Amino acid sequence: MSSPATSGAEMLTSPSATTMVLRTEARLFAREPGSLFWMMVSPTVLLVILGLIPSFREASADLGGRRVIDLYVPVSVLFALIMSGLQAMPPVLAGYRERGILRRMSTTPVRPASLLTAQIVLHAAAALGSSVLVVTVGRLAFGVLLPENLAGYVLALLLAVACGLALGAAVCALSRTQKIATAVGSVVFFPTMFTAGVWVPVQAMPDTLRDIVQLTPYGAASQALDSATSGGWPGWVPLGLMALWTVVLTATAARWFRWE
Amino acid sequence: MSGNHLRGDARCMAMIEVQGLHKAYGGRKVVDDVSFEVAEGEIFGILGPNGAGKTTTVECVEGLRTPDSGTVRVGGLDPVTRHDDVTRMLGAQLQESELQTKLTVREALELHASFYERPADWRGLVARLGLEAHLKARFGKLSGGQKQRLFIALALVGNPRAVVLDELTTGLDPRARRDTWSLVEDIRAGGVTVLLVTHFMEEAQRLCDRIAVIDRGRLAALDTPDGLIGRATASKVISFAAHTPLDPAELRALPHAVSVGTRDGRTAVEGTDETVNAFVALLARRGVTVQQLRVTDATLDDAFLDLTGADQR
Repeated sequence: MSSPATSGAEMLTSPSATTMVLRTEARLFAREPGSLFWMMVSPTVLLVILGLIPSFREASADLGGRRVIDLYVPVSVLFALIMSGLQAMPPVLAGYRERGILRRMSTTPVRPASLLTAQIVLHAAAALGSSVLVVTVGRLAFGVLLPENLAGYVLALLLAVACGLALGAAVCALSRTQKIATAVGSVVFFPTMFTAGVWVPVQAMPDTLRDIVQLTPYGAASQALDSATSGGWPGWVPLGLMALWTVVLTATAARWFRWE
Repeated sequence: MSGNHLRGDARCMAMIEVQGLHKAYGGRKVVDDVSFEVAEGEIFGILGPNGAGKTTTVECVEGLRTPDSGTVRVGGLDPVTRHDDVTRMLGAQLQESELQTKLTVREALELHASFYERPADWRGLVARLGLEAHLKARFGKLSGGQKQRLFIALALVGNPRAVVLDELTTGLDPRARRDTWSLVEDIRAGGVTVLLVTHFMEEAQRLCDRIAVIDRGRLAALDTPDGLIGRATASKVISFAAHTPLDPAELRALPHAVSVGTRDGRTAVEGTDETVNAFVALLARRGVTVQQLRVTDATLDDAFLDLTGADQR
């Protein structure tokens, strides 16, 4: 089996199997309109509803001359990340495990990890797509300035996406069934919403609370996105915290994930 | 394919070899010293009550579990260390496994075909399995029989040399079960070795060339279906109307008679062919005419109950 022709064929075969897994999972992803709505549309809807409140479109001295709607663009971006990473992804992965889909795949030459990877890639794409939609609608509908430090913003966003998906993966790894994954996701959902500033923007929190919140994954993300929006570098502390959270949560997921 | 399914020397041609397999979960022995060999082209059954260790045994063959001790070889390779190679020659239909609810039959087949270097033509499989009308149907909408046929197709789409079918017909109605049996015979006719896990006697008796009976983790017997039936303590049952004037003590004294009893107005004597011959001789000697005389063969059910002691639990 070591002839050059065979190894050539294998090299051609394996990417095509991976591509087929990704393509198939993308089709299935597109067949879940409810999940797509929450990931792709609801963050923008949140922004639009808040933007329709006249006082939120007025500059406030308390916010350093910025408007509430300006603060809610990064908040809505984080909301999109929470929806995809924590609400949508864990039940899908746990369901694949619970229903023997990963196990079935273990009996084929393709590793079940490719299925998990495809799902993570798709949820990351949904989170990023939804973020772009939020920023675009914010700019066009409410005149929210685009991030001044684009490179810093993109870096912070990518790290926040990685962190959010790692959190979802850890929830999935620590939950034995799909029902538990959904329940744990909901329990973790409220603190993450709070730390992302959905109810009170992190920048408007009292100092001590803000210092604590900024140690959490979404608190750090909020700080990084906010700095990049106003033209500064996201800061190595929030970026480093997000990287650290991503590493810790990914390691947790990898350590505790059960294939069956 | 020759009529003789045990082609050549079984020791050299073994497609699947299991030697001294042990597997325990948390100190509980699930598989305890099980050994068997499946010859190429054979339909080999693993039969046993629920929880006997059948599925764990085949999971070790599939490389889904690592044995505590013992060796497992598929086509001469270790399913754990050579997992990728083994998955290319061994197709599997798992017990209680599902697919993504919204995946269509066609998508499932195309996806699985892409996993293999030289896949079978899935269109041909679909035609053989009667799934053409359901190509656009989503997995969640299929009937139990259609799902099982799809799983058979997925197990075969990689052109495997052997397939493991675990509780293939559980949950199917009798008609779908019989249809599935002829599919299994077709698979073997196509040159594929079949390892069939079942707890249905009728299925094992009808399909298998040889059967390993597993009970409480141990190999209780390994033989052809006829051989297993012959091992039942009583291979024949003689029964007749109870009012026949014969002394029960005389009946019990018949050679190889295992039991004599009366139920529902009939006397039954369990024994062997020799018992039957001696019974006929006894009738002739006594000049007795019996009414409603019936002699029946023991079934695999009887053999199974004897081997596993399942009726004594």
